[in-house]
Amino acid sequence: MNRDYIEIRWHGRGGQGAITAAKIVAGAAFKSGYTGVVMAPSFGTERRGAPVMTSLKISKTKIYDLSPIEAPDVVVVLDHLLLKEADVTGGLKTGGMIVLNTPAGHETYDFPGYGLATADITAISVEAGLPHGMVNTGIIGSLEKAIGLLGIDMLIEGIEEEFKTRRPERNSLAAKLAYERTVTGD
Amino acid sequence: MHIIENGNVAAAMGIRLCRAVVIAAYPITPQTPLTEKLSEYIDSGQMKAEYIPVESEHSAMAVCIAAASAGARVSTATSANGLLYMHEQVQWASGARLPIVMCVVNRAVGAPWNIWNDQQDSISQRDTGWMQLYCADHQQIIDTVIKAYWIAEKTAIPVMVCYDGYILSHTYMPFDLPDQDKVDLFLPPFSPDYALNPGAPANLNTVTLPDTRVDVHGELAHGYMEIRYLLHEDLLNSLAVIAEAEQRFSEIFGRGGDPYLESYLCDDADYVALGMGSLTYQLRVSVDALRREGIKVGVMGLRVYRPFPAEAVAAALQGKKGVIVFEKALSYGYEGALASDLKAALYDRAAAAGAMPRVRGFIAGIGGRDIRTAQLTDALREAIQNEDHAAPAWIGLCL
Repeated sequence: MNRDYIEIRWHGRGGQGAITAAKIVAGAAFKSGYTGVVMAPSFGTERRGAPVMTSLKISKTKIYDLSPIEAPDVVVVLDHLLLKEADVTGGLKTGGMIVLNTPAGHETYDFPGYGLATADITAISVEAGLPHGMVNTGIIGSLEKAIGLLGIDMLIEGIEEEFKTRRPERNSLAAKLAYERTVTGD
Repeated sequence: MHIIENGNVAAAMGIRLCRAVVIAAYPITPQTPLTEKLSEYIDSGQMKAEYIPVESEHSAMAVCIAAASAGARVSTATSANGLLYMHEQVQWASGARLPIVMCVVNRAVGAPWNIWNDQQDSISQRDTGWMQLYCADHQQIIDTVIKAYWIAEKTAIPVMVCYDGYILSHTYMPFDLPDQDKVDLFLPPFSPDYALNPGAPANLNTVTLPDTRVDVHGELAHGYMEIRYLLHEDLLNSLAVIAEAEQRFSEIFGRGGDPYLESYLCDDADYVALGMGSLTYQLRVSVDALRREGIKVGVMGLRVYRPFPAEAVAAALQGKKGVIVFEKALSYGYEGALASDLKAALYDRAAAAGAMPRVRGFIAGIGGRDIRTAQLTDALREAIQNEDHAAPAWIGLCL
């Protein structure tokens, strides 16, 4: 992965908060010296529960190309059932990373040519005191464990800022627990 | 202070910083979050203004016309069919010489129904007597809103600040949020020569005869044609005001550039791509790719479409072998409007100099069709290497 320019595509469901998660990572990246960050949700047919995508580009220099990501370095999947509904690995670079929220074990999956990071974010988030199904802060911990880009502290700060009026400690705890428990490997 | 927000919020923050006191708007995608944000600012007391809810875009502009006539700094925003529905009042606002600033969040027009980005909506309002300024990123959105009020109030001509729907309106990017103190320094309070006043009542824009006539004071009054000529002349002269705004802005805020054209790698270029809005930044990536192939090409983003800076455009393109125009709109039955305007500007000026650049047009991204950078690169390369084609080609068309 070229750490000067990283493209991350987020797959979630309408209402799951993928946009907010990508926004938090964008803010943390900017604070860490990535002067170019572009977070572009895809639009048009979002409905609660339907598959949605958000793209996040992170660069050491200003980004002029706002077109959709074609060959992501990382895909983040907030719901394992999306693997059957959306082409989540479409265009993923060889050696690219899949960050997956799933209740199934890491060994259940086989994605030849890609790295995989898994955690049961749904359960972890409930353990952290969040309502069932709220996974968008936990997944940030898994993403950081998978790619080690910004440091978990910077992301926790961003989470607590974003959620300062809505259970900031529980949201940051979900990210911390996910960071500790995410399993990585091929 | 740098913040990360979307383009609609950048526009709303600009309007707030300019201390607009009357907002009237009707929600339409992708403009909606902009007007929602303004109503939030007013509701929470962050902005001292009156938000006047209306039942349509036509009424939104009617409210802006009335409030501006009474001396208020006003704002509205719209997109696509909302702008078309407003059209009659849009013409009235410029004829009445009211310095209204309106954000147009560019979107395709129906039919068929489509909510995604192209620029047919604002281009279709080209001949309304408004200025049109186009933005390529969030910094340009917030800065252009601020400059637009100064330009509008200096010239008594309304201004559209146009930016691409979704691609800019809903995308989050970092930009510098200007300080309120500096904005106040740049933009003094609005004080028109005449504002409606019950103590000194007046009729405005009543029936105006074809011929000049002697008015009640015994003075020769302009007819309709003189009034309309002066709008045109003042629009042409506003090019100088736009340049003055850029100069003042850069002195106070420390950023700025050419007021009309934003050029990238054009100095030594044989060929130049020309366009408006975010597409011109994407074209920079294509230009970089073609430069690596040894092709001398650059890109110019046109920031001011009306008044058309014909002299500046022709001078910037002097000696180039070709200009390749990329547009997200067209004059149906002919070609892209910008391509036509460019050729007209070159015809008088470049022909006199004895060297006419070849002009080729591309239509792209209609109704939000994705424009991949590789497609732009291929189109640009093809247009440079193949001199035979003259008709505009549509990028990504699948028939």
